[in-house]
Amino acid sequence: MDTKYLFKRHNTWWVKVAVPRTLKKELGFDLRESLKTHDLNEAQKLRWPIVDQFKSKINIARARLENKNLETKSLINAATHNHMPVTDTSDPQYYHKVVDCQYACPAHTPVPEYIRQISQGNYADAYMINWDSNVFPGILGRTCDRPCEPACRRTRTHEKPVAICRLKRVAYDHKGDIRDRLPKAPKKNGKKIALIGAGPASLTVARDLVTLGYELVLFEKDPQAGGLMRTNIPAFRLPVEVLDEEVNQIINLGVETRFNSEIKSMKSLLEEDFDAIFVGTGAPKGRDLFIDSREEGKKNIHIGIDWLTSIAFEHTTSIGKKVIVLGGGNTAMDCCRSSLRLGAEDVKVIVRSPFEDMKASEWEIEDAMEERIPIIDNHVPKKFLLKKGKLVGMEFEKVKPEYDKNGKRSLIPTGENPIIMECDDVLVAIGQYNAYQWIERDIGIEFGEWDMPVVDKTTFQSTHKKIFFGGDAAWGPENIIWAVAHGHQAAISIDKLCKGEDLTNRPDPMTNLVSQKMGVHEWSYDNDISQDKRFLVPHADQKVSLKNLKVEVELGYDEKLAFEEAQRCLNCDVQTVFTESKCIECDACVDICPTDTINFIANDSEEELRKKLRIPAINKDQDLLVSEQLATKRVMVKDEDMCVHCGLCAERCPTAAWDMQTFLYEESRTYSNCTSMDIKNNQPKYA
Amino acid sequence: MTYITKPVNHHPRLKINKLGLTRRDYEGPVSTLCAGCGHDSISAAIVEACFQLNIAAHQVAKLSGIGCSSKTPGYFLKQSHGFNSVHGRMPSIATGANLANHELTYLGVSGDGDTASIGMGQFVHAVRRQLNVVYIIENNGTYGLTKGQFSATSDIESKSKYGEDNLFPAIDLAGMAIHLGASFVARSFSGDKEQLVPLMKAALSHKGFSLIDVISPCVTFNNHKNSTKSYDYIREHNDSVASMTDFIPIGNTITGSYKQGKNLDIPLHDGSILSLQKISKNYNPENKIEAIKKIQQSEQQGKVLTGLLYINPKAKDLKETLDIVDTPLNKLVEKDLCPGKEKINQINSSLK
Repeated sequence: MDTKYLFKRHNTWWVKVAVPRTLKKELGFDLRESLKTHDLNEAQKLRWPIVDQFKSKINIARARLENKNLETKSLINAATHNHMPVTDTSDPQYYHKVVDCQYACPAHTPVPEYIRQISQGNYADAYMINWDSNVFPGILGRTCDRPCEPACRRTRTHEKPVAICRLKRVAYDHKGDIRDRLPKAPKKNGKKIALIGAGPASLTVARDLVTLGYELVLFEKDPQAGGLMRTNIPAFRLPVEVLDEEVNQIINLGVETRFNSEIKSMKSLLEEDFDAIFVGTGAPKGRDLFIDSREEGKKNIHIGIDWLTSIAFEHTTSIGKKVIVLGGGNTAMDCCRSSLRLGAEDVKVIVRSPFEDMKASEWEIEDAMEERIPIIDNHVPKKFLLKKGKLVGMEFEKVKPEYDKNGKRSLIPTGENPIIMECDDVLVAIGQYNAYQWIERDIGIEFGEWDMPVVDKTTFQSTHKKIFFGGDAAWGPENIIWAVAHGHQAAISIDKLCKGEDLTNRPDPMTNLVSQKMGVHEWSYDNDISQDKRFLVPHADQKVSLKNLKVEVELGYDEKLAFEEAQRCLNCDVQTVFTESKCIECDACVDICPTDTINFIANDSEEELRKKLRIPAINKDQDLLVSEQLATKRVMVKDEDMCVHCGLCAERCPTAAWDMQTFLYEESRTYSNCTSMDIKNNQPKYA
Repeated sequence: MTYITKPVNHHPRLKINKLGLTRRDYEGPVSTLCAGCGHDSISAAIVEACFQLNIAAHQVAKLSGIGCSSKTPGYFLKQSHGFNSVHGRMPSIATGANLANHELTYLGVSGDGDTASIGMGQFVHAVRRQLNVVYIIENNGTYGLTKGQFSATSDIESKSKYGEDNLFPAIDLAGMAIHLGASFVARSFSGDKEQLVPLMKAALSHKGFSLIDVISPCVTFNNHKNSTKSYDYIREHNDSVASMTDFIPIGNTITGSYKQGKNLDIPLHDGSILSLQKISKNYNPENKIEAIKKIQQSEQQGKVLTGLLYINPKAKDLKETLDIVDTPLNKLVEKDLCPGKEKINQINSSLK
């Protein structure tokens, strides 16, 4: 349900546009007007002229203020060049940056918000928050590369991050039937979009645009949709049922599919009547290893991703007893673990680089090692060895890494005798690349370095205005969550293109900041920090899982474990909001803060201020929150880096100068199911 | 009241002292006092001072009477000894404990009611005897625990929160303590830790009766416009004897920035130094008469004089006056206390 800028009061729909902090004196907290209708559909139509009117009012006021400020600013600047200005918390990115996990996520999923829903047992709500933002919660909850976890604030106080990824899986596993919450495609708007490749990027574009009335045609060379999620991720990590459910969920919104139809010519596709074309073909080619006897041994030398694909479509069902996997990435980990399940008895992973430099995710390496697969590092493959025309082994050279001043690594041979390893099959998993031989070079798409198309980083548009790229197809291999993020942006661009709008004018994110105060010392979030260590996800018995490719290794958290793990979340989206005018400088917040983030000191330049804090703030990735000057001529400076969001500053503040306010940040998308909405009651959750 | 415990999570770069402890190790449970109470800042200053002086918490005894102030020892130094005595009777307990074991550091925490009213008789004698204790008065000029009546330290021009006039003049506990022979007397403000922490460290290093009269606003009953002990009033009327007070621990040399002339460095008995920078003209805190004069002058000008008011680093404490053995009395065993028949005979014969 789309209620952007809308809210309900006494059953009547109103329009509301937030006013930036700097203009609050002039325009008030927000601009609002009643639409005098009880009907949401009508309100949705009526809102836009009013929203535009409000926005222009804000813009005029802002321009006026800036003009006035410019004159006084130059005077003030001269006098206070070594003073930090008051922090502008109305900038959506200020508080967003404090929510480390959400900020690190390419799709900016509101992580703490869905974790709170999990701890309250609202799994379906948690799922929908995810579905809105990352489209594949069940898939990502099992396979995501989790850029959010290393960013988790827990790691700053020497603890392991919250198991964000596996909690996402909990939302999927326990969500129940959510079909009635999914949107329905409206009447077609007459615009037709082609999507090439049915992977996560294209499917995201499809989800975002089909809900707006676009007609979408999805071309896929394989017989089923899913892209690398189906072909390259083995079923023991991602069960087919999960994949099918989330992929079909999108297709069933009304996306036309053309399976088994590989696009062989962009030129001829352009001749069809598509208003835009999105290329989400991934990086489908696996790198090969051209060393001695490659050609002669080809029967038993396989390219990793192709081999995984043939397993996914059940063309391959067995492998030799002794298997060597070359490469140190996640594909190598999937290859070695798949080999075990196809009956191999001796599987080794051989890596050129040192163990520490391996590209695979830490947990993927751990899972492989837990299945007792040896990982041998610093071995460079030299040749394949054949006997009577059949592959029998490989020869390696031992190397050691040396790093120069700039940290650049070179592998220096140790001079030891070559190492021979026996094998029946070799899986080459040493990288992937794109191949665009199907795109003619004379149709207006410019190609640049590495023979890759030139794609705009913001709009995802190629040099041909109708053609967009996203996912691995745009800039080479990344992860699913990046493909999703690309898909959202490409959908915005395609929508703008079809509406004849400027593509570079990107929509603002939606933000909301609401106090969590319920009583004198009561908050509507749990501020008592859990001291539990990260909970392990239970695994299936290896006796069973190693024998069957389709038995999922991870069992996922049950409800109790999920609750305990969810409680470890520090609620970093509950912000410490400071109101200068209320502060009496009693020091209570300084004394209670468990991580010594709050300071009352004389203002100075940022560099000096960072040094002078109670504990110097050395992490420049996180900002300082600087207040206006207080009665004693000092300023309040808070180091956002170490705050654990326990809310004790607000609890011990006698005047409520500190308040704990939940900050909701929704990255702009063409489709929004309104995370901020109480879906059951059709009302904003935090109003 | 805060119901949750303060998280154990702390800043990874928190300083560690010579005992391998962080400041957090010197804390106690979360205070149950009103949010914003000056007393909590004083507790934090005690924590900071003990941390910086590398004091082992189990070598400290916290003693108090009754009142908001006297509850605070529950909120700092959780590993220390403690005794929450009868109202105004903390000095007796401190005297007894001190005589039994003079090796501990004694920290008496009291309020204006506990000291200037019900406990006045006890207080004056502890001062007079130079009991070796750091006596902190958390002075808010009101009976906060009984909803804001005037206390004996409320200034006459002050009004209650409900608008009544105060009929009686205030007792100046700092001036009185100097009169009665205290060898370390300071006044400070809970909202000024830069001054309070060094004073506290000096008091903890001083031998003899150390009084710190800390003005500590009662955020609930005495932080209003007509109060003379509100945060705003004290900030406006604070008249510090020195622009900066600094405590230099034993063995640390004075750095070049401490210029002679305007500054005064007072060596304490244990070798540490209390350095007062840019001290007021013609003021000598080692001169009793000048100190009393200065306090009176400030009062007349409507100012609150803070900082180190008087010090006599060479004064004798109670133990020396009574010439008590170096072994703490609680460690003397029967063998030490009953020297035996032969020794008695020896003494007796010497008297013949």
